[in-house]
Formats: sequence, structure tokens, C-alpha cells
Amino acid sequence: MEKHCTDSRVKGVSTGTTILAAIFDGGVVIGSDSRASIGGEYVSSKTINKVIQVHDRIFCCIAGSLADAQAVIKAAKFHLSFHSVQMESPPQVIAAASVLKDLCYKNKDELQAGFLTAGWDKKNGPQVYVVSLGGMLISQQVTIGGSGSTFIYGYVDAKYKPNMTKAECLQFATNALALAMGRDNVSGGVAHLVVITEKGVEHVVVPGDKLPRFHDE
Amino acid sequence: MFEETGPERLSEEVKTGTTIIAIEFDGGVVLGSDSRVSAGASVVNRVMNKLSPLHDKIYCALSGSAADAQTIAEIVNYQLDVHSIEIGEDPQVRSAATLVRNISYKYKEELSAHLIVAGWDRRDGGQVFATLNGLLTRQPFAVGGSGSSYVYGFVDAEYRRGMRKEECQQFVVNTLTLAMNRDGSSGGVAYVVTIDGHGTEEKVVLGNQLPTFFDQ
Repeated sequence: MEKHCTDSRVKGVSTGTTILAAIFDGGVVIGSDSRASIGGEYVSSKTINKVIQVHDRIFCCIAGSLADAQAVIKAAKFHLSFHSVQMESPPQVIAAASVLKDLCYKNKDELQAGFLTAGWDKKNGPQVYVVSLGGMLISQQVTIGGSGSTFIYGYVDAKYKPNMTKAECLQFATNALALAMGRDNVSGGVAHLVVITEKGVEHVVVPGDKLPRFHDE
Repeated sequence: MFEETGPERLSEEVKTGTTIIAIEFDGGVVLGSDSRVSAGASVVNRVMNKLSPLHDKIYCALSGSAADAQTIAEIVNYQLDVHSIEIGEDPQVRSAATLVRNISYKYKEELSAHLIVAGWDRRDGGQVFATLNGLLTRQPFAVGGSGSSYVYGFVDAEYRRGMRKEECQQFVVNTLTLAMNRDGSSGGVAYVVTIDGHGTEEKVVLGNQLPTFFDQ
């Protein structure tokens, strides 16, 4: 273990968090840990939900400053519902991601927040988008973020397969979050997962004692 | 006044920003490393072998400052030679690790290198020791270097006790590949050293022979 500063003191980016989104055959899973901490020394909340609904079938996870993220999401929800009324149909996932991207890009000097957006729409099915700190928008099949994500890049690269079943993808996401929470001291608590498919939305909460255990636990 | 700054590789410290790993199996150990040595944004050596012999059946894996790590390995190599003549037989892995730890701890303010020591001896079989910052701890497996952060999740999930030699070698190659793909300071080829009761085997896995993953 090198003295490897990947946390908020150096980059000012990640508020101790692990977030993840992955596409499976027919839907998408988006999830996060539940710890909010101050300076990595005090856990201010053990059960905060970092997966936020912005529309019926579109959810976001936040990384970075919680205050900035909440402000951006509030504005985005408004834009999205207005857009949906104008289009007379549910918004596309890329619309939600673009709204977030515009807000992040135009205010890049003041904001420090990045987002994962995941959802399902009729035109393109399940999708995952990443809006990074400066306002870049890219689409990926699987993506991770937050301070805890550095520890699971190898796991995700090795274990993610396109077109998994819903059960396989849920297991993959739970394992990845558990591994990150096991190594990152500012991620922890329970695993919040949301499964979005054409049929609807399902919340899964995996409490700490039900998280998978690995060889040294 | 205007100053001319020369090429970065002459002014930046040379680091083995690295991925190193050592694991124990029933009957021996497997060590692995990448081969990239960087000075700032330049790669000054893309084929460096970071697995350095301390004795016939004891190797160490180097990470951190290249100069510091190499110097520690050379000094311990000499001290182990003297020690093994004094006791009249092959040294224990724990002795080698202790010698490394003594240097790392005594000079911890001046040095910035982390060596993982692994090998086989008659008394305790295969052993892996971590010596980060001057501690000494025996572990079933150890990872180190800048690339190791990215594969903690993978090794936590995939390591099992009692793997066979070939499974261990494949596990080491997979881990190194995943780390090299994500860490800008790790790359090149993978060096793998296997040590057991019968001897020591060194192997190089070239870039195009490394495993690929779903997005490649």
C-alpha cells in the first residue's frame, strides 16, 4: 500500500463514497454505499441514500460535494419534468444526463460534483452515463465512482460481462460494493441498489451483516 | 530571468510506479511484477525486472523509488551471503525479511521504497513477508506499488487458500494485467518468478500474451 492520496483532501473530489452502475440483459443496476463522513474521521450518517430518483425510470448517483450535487439535482429534476411535459412522453435517459452535463459544464468553476445516471427508456433500452467533474458526458456499460472505486477497478474489469442476467448483475454489484467498503475507510454501511427495467423499479437494500464475506473475514 | 528546464526525465525522480504481488501456495511462492520505470511522465525503462534475487530461493519485489529499492536489495543480498556462510546452510525467508525491515525502519525518513520479500525454506516452506514502512508481517499474499490500489477488490475476492502452483501463476498474471490496464505508472510486460523446494523458475509474459477483458 503506497501512500496513495485519492481522497478529498488532495483532489477535493470524492466525498468518501463508492458508487456503481452496470447494464444487464434487459435493465440496469445502480448502487452505492451509505456512509457520509466528515474529513474521514467522523461518520455523520451510517444510512444515507446516495441513489436519487430524477424521474420514473431514471436514477442518479452523486460523487463529490454533497451540497453541490443536491443543488444540481434539484435543478435537473425541474428541467426534466418540464421537458417531459413538452415532449408529452417520459424523458430519455440521455436527456437526464445531458441536463446534468449542461449544469456541470456551464458552472464548472463553482461546482465540484460528478454523476452516474442510469435508467431505462423505450427508445434505447437500458443505459448508463457518466457526467464527470468538468462536464464530460460519456456512455458506458459499467462504471464506478467515488473514493472507494479505486480498489475495485480490477474486480469490475475482470468480473463484468455484457448481457448478464438480473440476478448475476445484482450479485456482481453487491460484491463490488462490499469489496470497496472493505478497503475504503470512508465507504461503508449498507449497500443501496436499484434495479430499473421496462417493467419498473425495484429497491434492494443489503444490510452490513448480509454483505458477502471474502477470504480474510 | 528565464531558466531553461531540460528534459523531464533528467529532473524528475525515477520511480518504479509499479504493481508487485507475491502469494504463497502449498509448497512455495509466486512473485510477479510489471516492468515500467517512470520519471514524471516519461517511461525511462519499459522492460525492467523488479523481482530481485536476495538468495537462491529468496526473492524480493521492488516498488517506490528505484534507487532506494535497488540499494536495499543489494545491501541485503550481501548481508544474506555473509549470514548463510556463518550458519553454514541456506538462510530462512524470515531472516531475509528481517534484514530488509531493519534497513527500511532505521532509514524510514530518508527512504521511500517498499519491498515484498518472498521465498521458500526447509523449515516453513513458502512464505511472503510485507515490509512497508519498517513493519514485518507474514501474509498469505501481499500486493504493493501504485497499481495495487486498483486490484485490492480483485485479490480480496479471488484469493483462496490452498491453490495449486499453476492456479497461483495465473492469478498473479491476471492481477498484474488488471493493474497495468488501470495504473498509468504500471505497464510493459509481466515478470513471474516461482520458487519451491525444487528450485526457482523465472518467466516473462509479453504484452500481447496477457489476458484481455470484456472491454478490450
